Amino acid sequence: MRPRRGLSHGHVGSLRAPDAAMALRNARDLYTRRQEGVSIWVVPATAITASSPDEKDAFFDPAADKVYRHPTFYEVPDGVQHL
Amino acid sequence: MYGNDGLLGEVEAAEEALRDAAGRRLSGGEGLEEYFIAVIEADQKIEPRDWMPDSYRKTLIRQIAQHAHSEIIGMQPEGNWISRAPSLKRKAILLAKVQDEAGHGLYLYAAAETLGVSRDELVQMLLEGRQKYSSIFNYPTLTWADVGAIGWLVDGAAIVNQVPLCRCSYGPYARAMIRICKEESFHQRQGYEILHTLAHGTDGQKAMAQDAVNRWWYPSLAMFGPPDADSTHSAQSMAWKIKRFSNDELRQRFVDMCVQQAEVLGLTLPDADLRWNEERKAYDYTQPDYDELKRVISGDGPCNRQRMAHRRRAHAEGAWVREAAAAYAKKRHAIV
Amino acid sequence: MNGVDRLLRLGDDALIAAQRLAEWHASSPEMEEDVALANIALDQLGAARLFLTYAGESLGKDEDALAYLRDDREFRNCLLVELPNGDFAVTMAKLLFLSAYQLPLYTALAARPDERLAAIAAKARKESAYHLDHGSQWTIRLGDGTEESHRRMQDAVDQIWPYTHELTAGEVSRTDWLANVEPVLDEATLARPADDGWAPDGGRSGVHTEHLSCLLAEMQVVHRAYPGARW
Repeated sequence: MRPRRGLSHGHVGSLRAPDAAMALRNARDLYTRRQEGVSIWVVPATAITASSPDEKDAFFDPAADKVYRHPTFYEVPDGVQHL
Repeated sequence: MYGNDGLLGEVEAAEEALRDAAGRRLSGGEGLEEYFIAVIEADQKIEPRDWMPDSYRKTLIRQIAQHAHSEIIGMQPEGNWISRAPSLKRKAILLAKVQDEAGHGLYLYAAAETLGVSRDELVQMLLEGRQKYSSIFNYPTLTWADVGAIGWLVDGAAIVNQVPLCRCSYGPYARAMIRICKEESFHQRQGYEILHTLAHGTDGQKAMAQDAVNRWWYPSLAMFGPPDADSTHSAQSMAWKIKRFSNDELRQRFVDMCVQQAEVLGLTLPDADLRWNEERKAYDYTQPDYDELKRVISGDGPCNRQRMAHRRRAHAEGAWVREAAAAYAKKRHAIV
Repeated sequence: MNGVDRLLRLGDDALIAAQRLAEWHASSPEMEEDVALANIALDQLGAARLFLTYAGESLGKDEDALAYLRDDREFRNCLLVELPNGDFAVTMAKLLFLSAYQLPLYTALAARPDERLAAIAAKARKESAYHLDHGSQWTIRLGDGTEESHRRMQDAVDQIWPYTHELTAGEVSRTDWLANVEPVLDEATLARPADDGWAPDGGRSGVHTEHLSCLLAEMQVVHRAYPGARW
């Protein structure tokens, strides 16, 4: 669901439907009763490949020590502007 | 306690706590079970693909399914008055509210499905009487004022029960509850408004309102379940942070909330022994009839048979439609 | 037809359609459909309130006086909306046929000089487009689904078809209406009934089927039991 123009789509929930066309309509009826969205994607659950918790260390821990990827890692000399 | 703003405030606090906890570093937890315990201790959420003890999974499936069934069965008593709502505004509000209940049932079935059980299985268990729903929906809605009493008392009790569930340790359930509590914030108010209007209307309307409150008060108190001493699942659920407060704590909270609200309505709660206890800083009150609760849960309430027969009939009569949609999808798929 | 009469027709069509659709609560073939039908009922009820409020201003009555204190002979809705829901196929046939009428009607009204009427119609038109889509999707699935669903959908179309002549006897032409309906029936592999048969009418002049009085008795019972009360 895209909540408003300019924002990216985010996952809001699951639903059941016999086919894609009805899934889109069911999503509209179920998840936008209070103007929650301006655009909807639906994806069959079977088409999703997910990372496994067993792999979490291998997948996600290696990023933990790459502090130099974040701007806060760097020292900014006093007085410099627009950096 | 939850005032009108208090409720949404509590829900938002739960949402914030969920985000805060997510940033916390876990200490220890190398083994599967140790990791599970560490996540719960850090107030983080267990997610569908995480390892979890079998009994944690089973407890959650039972609780979430029962909650989902309650939403679906709960459409019937109030839906009974959509066709007769006495103004077009009330008709629209009630229709939207009953629709929300269907939506909430669907959110909850989806949350239960993340635990590896299908909605079809859960619905089957409901239809065969192998899973329960809240006892409250086995009472009849006899007058228009019942719609008000349900909104105020039944939804009020449900909110007291549900707000702590926004902090439940299982992620999909906690997130569903946050969404549900936010959407339900209007349900209790609409009921209160109905009763307030009736209580300040003609003598006949006021009598109707008082009668409804008299009939719904004790069944609402019983919604919190048996007294702590007799509650079988509580201790383990508390340890797992599925449950955050005991039945009696929540019941007390509800009573304390209702007393002042009843005064503003100008209606009385049907309990001659209801009075403030300065020592406990809480109201003393008469307990609901727990034998009646047991009878209603085991199937002998005034409307159990009617509610289940209705659900079974809707399910059976819809079978040909579901089959048609599946057959059509299959044909299309074959063409593509 | 004067302005008030038009508003009553519009409002009564929407109100009675909403009342019938709301009867599906907790009874739909799928729980998702309960949510969908309630959305459509809420759209119709919302439109009915706007039309009736507007109509009532020149009659010195509010929406509730018009909805709850008129008898069946004073209602101006078409017969189609008051017909019982039947099975899901009948309800979808009614939905398809009504929305195929309301959409071009609201589209035309949205361009009228009466700004207030035009604004209500412009809002309702978007809703009707969704109702037409919903009715079409299901008509196609039921028509082209299983043998049983095909039979039921064809029966429903045959049963409701005669009542559609009343819809196209006024501001919406048969051609415009058929343009919304025929492609759906085709895709649904359903036969389009002939147009030369029985064509019941009378709703616009307050001569209804036996069903309306029963519907109103239920809808109005609480309101009428407490004269003058506020709700």
